[in-house]
Amino acid sequence: MLENYLPILIFMAVGLIMGAVVMAIGYLLGPQRPDSEKGSAYECGFEAFEDARMKFDVRYYLVAILFIIFDLEIAFLFPWAVVLGEIGLFALGAMAIFLLILVVGFIYEWKKGALEWE
Amino acid sequence: MIVLSDYLILAAILFALSVAGIFINRKNVLILLMCIELMLLAVNINFVAFSHFLNDIAGQVFVFFILTVAAAEAAIGLAILVVLFRNRRTINVEDLGSLKG
Amino acid sequence: MNLPGTQDYLAALPEIVVATLACIVLLIDLWSNDRERLLTWLATQFTLLVGIVLIIVQLSTDVTYAFAGTYVKDILSDVLKLFIFIGAGVAFLYMREYLRIHNEMKGEYFTLGLFAVLGMMVLASASHMITLYLGLELLSLSLYALVAMRRDSAQSAEAAMKYFMLGAIASGMLLYGMSMIYGATGSLDLREVADAVAQARSDDLILIFGLVFIVAGIAFKLGAVPFHMWAPDVYQGAPTAVTLFLATVPKLAAFAMLMRLLVDGLGPLHDQWQGMLIILAVLSMAIGNLVAIAQENIRRMLAYSTISHVGFLLLGVLSGTDQGYAAALFYTVVYMIMGLGAFGVLVMLGRAGFEADRLSDIKGLNQRSPWLAGVMLVMMFSMAGVPPFLGFWAKFAVLQEVVAVGLVWLAVAAVVFSIIGAFYYLRIVKLIYFDEAEEQAPIRGSSPMRVMVSSNGLVVLLFGLFPAPLLGICIAVFTRIELVIG
Repeated sequence: MLENYLPILIFMAVGLIMGAVVMAIGYLLGPQRPDSEKGSAYECGFEAFEDARMKFDVRYYLVAILFIIFDLEIAFLFPWAVVLGEIGLFALGAMAIFLLILVVGFIYEWKKGALEWE
Repeated sequence: MIVLSDYLILAAILFALSVAGIFINRKNVLILLMCIELMLLAVNINFVAFSHFLNDIAGQVFVFFILTVAAAEAAIGLAILVVLFRNRRTINVEDLGSLKG
Repeated sequence: MNLPGTQDYLAALPEIVVATLACIVLLIDLWSNDRERLLTWLATQFTLLVGIVLIIVQLSTDVTYAFAGTYVKDILSDVLKLFIFIGAGVAFLYMREYLRIHNEMKGEYFTLGLFAVLGMMVLASASHMITLYLGLELLSLSLYALVAMRRDSAQSAEAAMKYFMLGAIASGMLLYGMSMIYGATGSLDLREVADAVAQARSDDLILIFGLVFIVAGIAFKLGAVPFHMWAPDVYQGAPTAVTLFLATVPKLAAFAMLMRLLVDGLGPLHDQWQGMLIILAVLSMAIGNLVAIAQENIRRMLAYSTISHVGFLLLGVLSGTDQGYAAALFYTVVYMIMGLGAFGVLVMLGRAGFEADRLSDIKGLNQRSPWLAGVMLVMMFSMAGVPPFLGFWAKFAVLQEVVAVGLVWLAVAAVVFSIIGAFYYLRIVKLIYFDEAEEQAPIRGSSPMRVMVSSNGLVVLLFGLFPAPLLGICIAVFTRIELVIG
């Protein structure tokens, strides 16, 4: 009974080793000749203007968050469109309800002022 | 010819990488979010592969739901991240230690 | 193409109505100017009431599968939903009091709570992995947001982040397990999965693989050791009102998930998952009870106490008999009642901007309010399993079933750990009755809150003296329904 679980143990071990090995290989095989010029950012022949890791305004995140939800729910429209002809009115009603639920969410974020930039 | 097990191995490797990523990464919470997405995508590969080889559409339907729920999950995760950053001015994993017993 | 018909909609009517009303409550809250959010709160409670009525009207022992087998309405789902509604109703009452005391009334607490309730309902009625997953995520996402609702608190943001991360990993594991089960059985429908599993060889590697991941995922959600790391942080970091909700009612949903996935779907693999649940149960009872002793924060202590209660819950399920499941359901309901009461008292002790959650905060509570001290005493004795309180009968019922399937050593271990656990519950009683009060602030509280907390204590006391009705309901659920077991 217990030996049934051996493969799972092996799987977990392999998983951990996998992650470690990939990082280790990059570290070991790559030539390690640090150079300040090599380490600096390359920006079309110019000196770098600023740090590449600049901070975004947190409002961008807010817009992105709101966008991603409504964007991906639209994925359901594609399979729906493909079979709309076969299912007919029922599909139309079902999608209407689905969109209605999304509209409730949209009204909520609008009224809460999440769409205002200022 | 690509057989089922190839897909399963790919998915298993991706899954293992995401788990390893979650536990090795100590720097940035955003990377944890990416690892979680990778985990769900590995699962999706599994479902699509099984669905194809079993000739059963249900697996692909599940993938649709996982994708959309993953988007909602990422949105909540990002929202919590923003709240965390506003309060803490950092999203470093190691700094998340104020709750201790 | 067969489209869903009237009987499909009828079977899922409670969910449909609650979903509609939850959206309406959201809109009501949007346009209400009331700082007290009375309308939102009343609409929320009204929604729960409508849900209760709809369930009772349709209450029957028939098993109905709806929407092409993705949804099941049986007596288990009905009873679970009834308890969910009642528990959520009480939790929302406490929540309102808390929000008023702390001056941070927001309608979202109630709308998110309603959506969490909807998720739990879907979980309770799931008979397909997609339904199960959607219910689980609706519940989890609402809870993540609830924990993070206090936006200016670094502590709750951190708790929410930890909860979210570990919850998302758990979902990932659960899904990975589901994909393996799907590959091994060729179906996502839990009934078909059970049929296929019954015929499969018991050493089918993919199946075992899937089972391990599914059990790990469930254990994460339940907060069983070794997947419990999130529980203490979340219990401590979240606002007490949210803690009291997420510590109690969703346990019913977790029980539903155990029943649907492990029993309905993977029942024929009982021999395999029994071993895993034994490990989880023993570890949970041991770590939960031992670590709780060292806690200075009451909410953190209650988190570890929950972990140990989860261990007991698992004992009932792992016995694999209908009586065992009934005992586990009884245990879950009893835990919910006790948890609501204990957190209800904590809510009443708090003041604006101050959570009464250190052990020193409850010192000498008897001098400040003998009545509140009495309620806490009942809750602590009940949680410790002192006869004749309700908690004793729950532990007794579970242990009886564990012994009945021949796992005597497990029952002995459980008894030993709960005796160790009794120490920290009794320490609270000692602090309340025999220590001098450090806090002298008077304890206020609206009259509905007082009535509710008192009745909560009374319920534990009365059902402790007469446990038969509650236990009877739980047993009736499992002796009448047809569980799909090989």
